[in-house]
Amino acid sequence: MSLLTPDLGLVFWMLVAFGIVVFVLVKFGFPVIIKGVEDRNKFIDDSLLAAKQAQEELANVKATSEELLNQARLEQANILADAAKSRDKIVEAAKGKASEEAAKIIDLAREQIQLEKEDAIRQIRREVGLLSVDIAEKVLRNSLSEEKEQMNMIDRLLDEMNIPKS
Amino acid sequence: MKIKTKIFTFVISLMLLIAPSINAQNVAVDTLQTTTTAAETTESELDIKEMILEHLADAYEWHIATMNGKHISIPLPVIVYSKTTGWHVFSSAKFHHGHEAYNGFKISTSEKYKGKIVETDEAGNEIRPIDISLTKNAFSLLLSSALLILIIMMVSRSYKRNSLESKKGFVGVMEMFILSVYNDIIKPGVGKDYKRYAPYLLTVFFFIFINNILGLIPIFPGGANVTGNIAITMVLAVCTFLIVNLSGTKEYFKEIFWPDVPWWLKVPVPLMPAIEIIGVFTKPFALMIRLFANILAGHSIVLGLVSLIFVTVSLGAATNASMTTLSVIFTVFIDFVELLVAYIQAYVFTMLSAVFIGLARIEPHKQKEIA
Repeated sequence: MSLLTPDLGLVFWMLVAFGIVVFVLVKFGFPVIIKGVEDRNKFIDDSLLAAKQAQEELANVKATSEELLNQARLEQANILADAAKSRDKIVEAAKGKASEEAAKIIDLAREQIQLEKEDAIRQIRREVGLLSVDIAEKVLRNSLSEEKEQMNMIDRLLDEMNIPKS
Repeated sequence: MKIKTKIFTFVISLMLLIAPSINAQNVAVDTLQTTTTAAETTESELDIKEMILEHLADAYEWHIATMNGKHISIPLPVIVYSKTTGWHVFSSAKFHHGHEAYNGFKISTSEKYKGKIVETDEAGNEIRPIDISLTKNAFSLLLSSALLILIIMMVSRSYKRNSLESKKGFVGVMEMFILSVYNDIIKPGVGKDYKRYAPYLLTVFFFIFINNILGLIPIFPGGANVTGNIAITMVLAVCTFLIVNLSGTKEYFKEIFWPDVPWWLKVPVPLMPAIEIIGVFTKPFALMIRLFANILAGHSIVLGLVSLIFVTVSLGAATNASMTTLSVIFTVFIDFVELLVAYIQAYVFTMLSAVFIGLARIEPHKQKEIA
């Protein structure tokens, strides 16, 4: 029966020992351990989250760079197209200008030619005049070899000159 | 849902309460058989019964072995307060293993105070002084408490130093152990605010566990029947009782004194309140008896089996040899079972404490319906 009756001395020691154990472990033991474990769990969770975020960011960066690349490519194509267009334009413009210039030059040449032609014609005319005068002189000299004829001539000329006077 | 959990806890409690008593009965029968067989053959029968009871009970000295009729034991300090002569502190060696009296104190052999220190008054009656001697159990208790504090503080210091590294070796094992108790017993048991009660419940678990384990070690630092002593389990149960009832919510006390049952169950005769109030006390009482009886039974079985060897000595060499083999095999087996029991009893005590706390922390039904 003594097994079933709690001994007061042992109860006293149990209260002391268990009290100390509970005090020490509840105050300094288990909370520290549990906090440590929870801290570590939190750290691991945070790290995982951070890694995930970093991965997402990396994917974002990749996507952005891809986009940038595409954009650059597009722009390049645009620039090339623009360049081709402007080149064509320039060439066109140059062509136009050149033909204009050529036309101008041709016109100028034509004018020159005209002028020269007129000049030449004038000279020819002058030559022809002189020649005809020469010829006329010769003819005249031929026909005026006789005195009489010379007189006739003078008369006629005088007549001709008088008519407008009269 | 709530009634279900209540019924579940009740059934579990009942089972766990009955199991050790069956165990204990078996042990009783076991020891009885041992003693009767011994009685037929040898005169050492009383010695074996005495030996087992002596081990299960407390002692003023730590008996290690008896060689050639000489007791080898560690004397422990006796601290007694007599109403007539005041405080006395002396070594238990002064009693010469209970054969001699010292300063008017002696170890009683009477039926009432067997094995306890008593003093005799003028009329020849034995009077029990106030006795806070550092007995075998008390000494073992202090030892295991110191060991427990040492172990847990070692682990916690490792966390204080660096909580982010993963723990290896002993600290890692302890972390796993602590977390298994924390996550699998306390968290589901207590429910919402488990964090507040976790340190106490963890302390209870490891306190019971280390004492159970130390009790299984047969040589000096262990071997005391600490958790198989009702004084120890009583203090544990009272602590749980206080924590459960001091953390009880309004709803918890309302369910005890004015439960949600038809009025005729509580108005003329307060039947349900009476049952509930009894329940408040039977819960920790069951905790106390369960742990005590299980560990006591385990120690008794091991001792009874070992005793078989000595009981059968006189039955001839062949019987003795076969019984010795059997005894060793059984003892090894039972020791393994006891290792399991050491864990299970700590587990059960903690789990039920956690569940009781959880039941005391219930919220009113109305809030639940709104939520």
